[in-house]
Amino acid sequence: MKDSVKGMLVVAGAVIAAVGLFATGPSWGDDEGRGEEHGGMRASRVPVGAPASWKTECGSCHVPYPPAMLPAQSWARIMAGLDRHFGENASLPPAVAAEIGQFLAAEAGWPRDGEGGVARGEPPLRITETPWFRREHREIGDVVWRRAAIGSPANCSACHRQAEQGIFNEHGVKIPK
Amino acid sequence: MGSLKGTVLVGLIVWALMGWAAGEPEGQLQGWARAMGMSVSAFSAARGEALYRQENGNAQGGAIGCFSCHTKDPRQPGRTRAGKTIEPMASAVTPTRFTDPAKTEKWFSRNCQDVLGRACTPEEKGDFVTWLTRVKP
Repeated sequence: MKDSVKGMLVVAGAVIAAVGLFATGPSWGDDEGRGEEHGGMRASRVPVGAPASWKTECGSCHVPYPPAMLPAQSWARIMAGLDRHFGENASLPPAVAAEIGQFLAAEAGWPRDGEGGVARGEPPLRITETPWFRREHREIGDVVWRRAAIGSPANCSACHRQAEQGIFNEHGVKIPK
Repeated sequence: MGSLKGTVLVGLIVWALMGWAAGEPEGQLQGWARAMGMSVSAFSAARGEALYRQENGNAQGGAIGCFSCHTKDPRQPGRTRAGKTIEPMASAVTPTRFTDPAKTEKWFSRNCQDVLGRACTPEEKGDFVTWLTRVKP
C-alpha cells in the first residue's frame, strides 16, 4: 500500500472512531410502566426517545429527573416558571422549552390519589415533596442529607450512582460518608 | 513525498472541521465589541476578573457572586446548588469553554440576572471572557 493511502486511512479511521464515540451516548433502557412503581426494581426510568435537549438542558445543573417522577400538571408549572426555577434563572429559548415541555407532558407520571399527592390541591413542584419520595427515603435522616458529598435531596446521583442514566434501584445505592 | 502531502492535507481538513465545530471565542468577542463600538483589544481581563470576583447581596442577606457556584478559582471545578459538578471556567483547563456562542449567551442571560439582578452589557461579557480565556492553568 502506498504511504499516502495509508496515511489517509489512519486519519479517516481516527475520525470515524471519534464520531462513533460521540454518537453512541448512553442507552436509555426500557420504558416499562412509566409513572408506576416508583420504588420498584426496574431498569432505566428514562423513556426511549427522550430528546437530547432534555438531557443537556435539564441535566446541566441537576440530574435530569425522569418525567415519570412528577405528574404533567407539575411539569407544566415548572416549565412555566423557568425564569425563577427554585431561586435560579433557568430560562430556555422558546423552541427548546417547547420540545422539553412536550416530552415531559407525554411521559409524566400519573396523578393518583396518595401516590405523588397530586389528586388534590396544587401539583407539587418538588419531587422530594411527593409522598412516594418521602416513603422511599424515610430511613434517611437530615444529618445524612446535609453531608458535604450530598448537600440536599436534589442531588440524586450522590447516592444513586446511576441516576444520570435513570437507574434508581436500591442495588445501586451507595451513601457517601 | 506524496504520502506526507496527503496526510497533511487530510489532517488540515480534519483540524479545520474540528475548529469549525468547536468554534472559537473570537467571533463572539468581535460581536460584543461591535455592539459597544469598541475594538476587541479594548476588552480588559482585569475588569473581567473584577466582575468574576464581585460579591453582591442576595435577597436572603447573604452574598452571591460567580464564586457561589464556580468557586473563587476559575481553574477549579464548581458545584451547582443541586450538587452537580461544573467544569472549570478557565479555557486553559476546559478548552470547550466559550466555544458555543449560544451556550455562552444563555448562561450570561441567566447568571447575570441571578447575580447582578440585570443583564450584562456586551462590554462586561467581553471583559469576562477575555479574562477566562487568558487565565493560566
